[in-house]
Amino acid sequence: MALPVSSPQATASDPRDRGGPAQPLLIVEAMRKYFPIRAGLLNRQVAEVKAVDDVSFFVIKGETLGIVGESGCGKSTLARLLMHLIPKDQGQLVLDGDLVGEARGVLLNDLRRSLQMVFQDSSSSLNPRLPIEQSIAYGPKVQGASGKSAKAQARALMEKVGLNPNLFGQRYPHELSGGQKQRVNIARALALDPRLLILDEAVSALDKSVEAQVLNLLADLKRQLNLTYIFISHDLHVVRYISDRVLVMYLGQVVEIGPVEAIYDDPKHPYTQALLACRLSMDPEARVDAAPLAGDPPSPVSPPSGCRFHTRCPFVEEVCKAKAPALGDVLKLDPGQHLAACHMVHPGSGHSRAAASAALH
Amino acid sequence: MTDATADALRDLPARPAPTVRVRGYWGSVWNRLRYDYVTLFCLALILVIIGLAIFAPWVAPMDPYKSSMAHRLKPIGYRNYLLGTDEQGRDMLSRLLYGGRVSLTMGILPVGLATIIGGLFGVVAGYFGGAVNMVIMRTMDIFFAFPSVLLAVAISGSLGGGITNQLLTLTVVLIPPLCRVAETATSQVRNMDFVDAARSTGASTASILFTHVLINVMSPVLVYASTLVSVSIILASGLSFLGLGVSPPTADWGLMLSTLRQSIYVQPLVSAIPGIAILITSIAFNLVSDGLRQAMDVRA
Amino acid sequence: MWLYAARRIVLTIPILLGVTIICFALVQIAPGDPIQNLLSPTASAADAARLRAAYGLDQPLPVQYFIWLGKVMVGDLGMSIANNTPVTGEVLHAFMNTIVIALISVVLAFVISMIFGIIAAYRSGKLVDKAITAIAVFGISVPPFWLGVIVVIIFAVNLSWLPATGMGASGSENFSYFRWADFKFAIMPIIALALPPLGIMTRTTRSSVAEILNQDFVQTLRAKGLSEAQVIIHAVRNIMPQAVAMLGLQLGYLIGGSVLVETVFTWPGTGYLLNKAVLTRDIPLLQGTILVLATAFVLINLVVDLAQSMIDPRLKRS
Repeated sequence: MALPVSSPQATASDPRDRGGPAQPLLIVEAMRKYFPIRAGLLNRQVAEVKAVDDVSFFVIKGETLGIVGESGCGKSTLARLLMHLIPKDQGQLVLDGDLVGEARGVLLNDLRRSLQMVFQDSSSSLNPRLPIEQSIAYGPKVQGASGKSAKAQARALMEKVGLNPNLFGQRYPHELSGGQKQRVNIARALALDPRLLILDEAVSALDKSVEAQVLNLLADLKRQLNLTYIFISHDLHVVRYISDRVLVMYLGQVVEIGPVEAIYDDPKHPYTQALLACRLSMDPEARVDAAPLAGDPPSPVSPPSGCRFHTRCPFVEEVCKAKAPALGDVLKLDPGQHLAACHMVHPGSGHSRAAASAALH
Repeated sequence: MTDATADALRDLPARPAPTVRVRGYWGSVWNRLRYDYVTLFCLALILVIIGLAIFAPWVAPMDPYKSSMAHRLKPIGYRNYLLGTDEQGRDMLSRLLYGGRVSLTMGILPVGLATIIGGLFGVVAGYFGGAVNMVIMRTMDIFFAFPSVLLAVAISGSLGGGITNQLLTLTVVLIPPLCRVAETATSQVRNMDFVDAARSTGASTASILFTHVLINVMSPVLVYASTLVSVSIILASGLSFLGLGVSPPTADWGLMLSTLRQSIYVQPLVSAIPGIAILITSIAFNLVSDGLRQAMDVRA
Repeated sequence: MWLYAARRIVLTIPILLGVTIICFALVQIAPGDPIQNLLSPTASAADAARLRAAYGLDQPLPVQYFIWLGKVMVGDLGMSIANNTPVTGEVLHAFMNTIVIALISVVLAFVISMIFGIIAAYRSGKLVDKAITAIAVFGISVPPFWLGVIVVIIFAVNLSWLPATGMGASGSENFSYFRWADFKFAIMPIIALALPPLGIMTRTTRSSVAEILNQDFVQTLRAKGLSEAQVIIHAVRNIMPQAVAMLGLQLGYLIGGSVLVETVFTWPGTGYLLNKAVLTRDIPLLQGTILVLATAFVLINLVVDLAQSMIDPRLKRS
């Protein structure tokens, strides 16, 4: 596998590093989760929601991988699968070269320490009956720290996320603002000294000014603690600001992946193009009037045949309905490379525009 | 701001950090209750009634079992019988005080037992879901197919009278509703992100249940349990009324009501007294649980 | 909606089976040999042996249950010990007496509680609201059988307006609810039965109407210039599905809960029958009566759910 071209931080000094800088921190291989739908007289399974359907990608040490897509595309399910909060149907996780869950590989407990998640909804992500200091100290206690050292750790983390432990330590979640709660959420996720933080819409519910503060905090923490982020959001501006690489999901599948500039400046997949066109521009003159993405996404229960985007794609042709376009081998890709699952970018796919865009990069 | 003022500010003695008055959950509940005078009054009333029952041997003016043919069914205020006498000439006030011991026990103890047992089943069903939930909740559904009074009469009628059987019956009758409330509350809490956050730390199920689930399930369950105390008192007195409670010489409000029923033509007022005791106690418990519900902000 | 109805009906079957299991268990939990519980004390040893074979009591418990269930399915609930008559006939006869006064009571309580609840919610915090709430708390807290005793003291003993107990000289055979001389006997049981559901339903109506009145669409209605009466009609229409459910549930409770009130008034319904069964330890009669009442309760709940799904537009669509 090629050396990462844009590894933003050196990871060699981290004692937790086992696989060396070239080894991706996390490899996700063919992850799949279908949710059964039950109905009818006897409550039999009649269909499945294909929430995450054969998703593969990797995360390099020290990078921020942004994951974008419309709501319902499977982003949050993917996050919960990575955290082992819901059982997967199929797929593998490789953490720094070790297979997770296999007898000789990384035990689940190690994964838990290495991988932590910051949740979206700040109203339900903190136990309303626990002072926040105890919420943060819970993780270390579970992992065997004494009450005293867990408390000291919690207070140190509160300082780190910009909350005065004397002032806030004994407060309850309902006494905090949204931004403060999200800081507590981050502190709690950091309490187990993780290497990878999954941020699931972590700033989406905040006011713009608070959002900026929290994003800056995340950037600082990443530098200080040598972290790697998976940043899930529907907000394309924020993703562009924070990410090194971006992965675009549509109906449970990866449709495009590549470096942030490549995705934003030269989107290949018509879905990514449409998403980017939807953004509100800072320049009022340049704002779009017509919606480039018409209608709701089709149901993930019975996704369209062939390319899942063909029902809404402006360039749809017969081949799109007949054959699903391949993304390419994402696990063998150079992190600087840009891939899209669209017939138009694959020469010889049979799409009339395919020849014109013969090669990517 | 000029550099000079900034320096001046920096030189000011550091003010002590403001102390934060922290009021936990129960503190804020109490703070709301403090101004709810109806609830406070009823709470005090309940404490008085319980106190009188506990200290009945010291408080009661006469022996509750000493009957007297000469003084049968005397009116309120007759000689030193403050509340008159019953059909065997026993002092009503003393019997009422002693009777409170059985009646209050039958109101509180079954609710306590059912809260523990039903709550446990409900939390387990709500947290684990799936087949465990199916088995527990469908079993409870069968008990819900009986109106509570009917279920109580059915079980008690088969088991026969006596205080243990009555206790057992009431506990069994109260378990299903408490289990259902605990199950609903638990499955709501279970889907909250903070439970997932706790799971992602690698915590054991027991630790999550105790630290994160129980503490949040407790207040709706306790509020609901408090509404059941008056239900339990009325059910118990009903069973005693049917002869399915304590055996005759023992004083019990329901049983007193039953035996005095024959005397309504002679002493209507005295015959109504045990019912008034039940009514006052049950109103007090109902109003306290209403107040608790509001103070704890639990939806019905 | 038809799917919902079909599902709801299918789900009732296991519940009914569960009810039969509990009723079967009643004989098992009763102290002593089940055969003694099923037999009159005067029965001979030969009678006992015959009965043992007839009930299959020498068989293992599950087999016994299915034998018993088979009899229940064809309407055979055994023989009453006290009268040595078939339980089925006795229970069904009493059931008619119970369901009629239960229905009258619950409909009466429903109408009054709707009026009370709406007024209380509309005048929330005012004196009327407090008075109605007080009545409701009284209704919930009062032991219904004691209330029975009180109305007897007032109307029969003190005022001598109404007869204290029973169903009148003509008995339950010739009883007519449309004849004043007969109906007089039903008035006090109806009052005693109606008050607890009145309390519960008033509280429920009050809180659901108050909730509706706080919703944005009510502001819109007012802004559109609708009169307050029309606003109330809108609010009431919104709580109707809930109100119907409440009505059905209370009817069910009354049917099962009338034991004590019927005992006080010696009203010859199922409750009175139960009391008799308890006093004489007539276990077959107890078992049969409870089975019939619980089945009625389950079926009433089923009908209510189906009715609710028909009038609630949200359920209708799903």
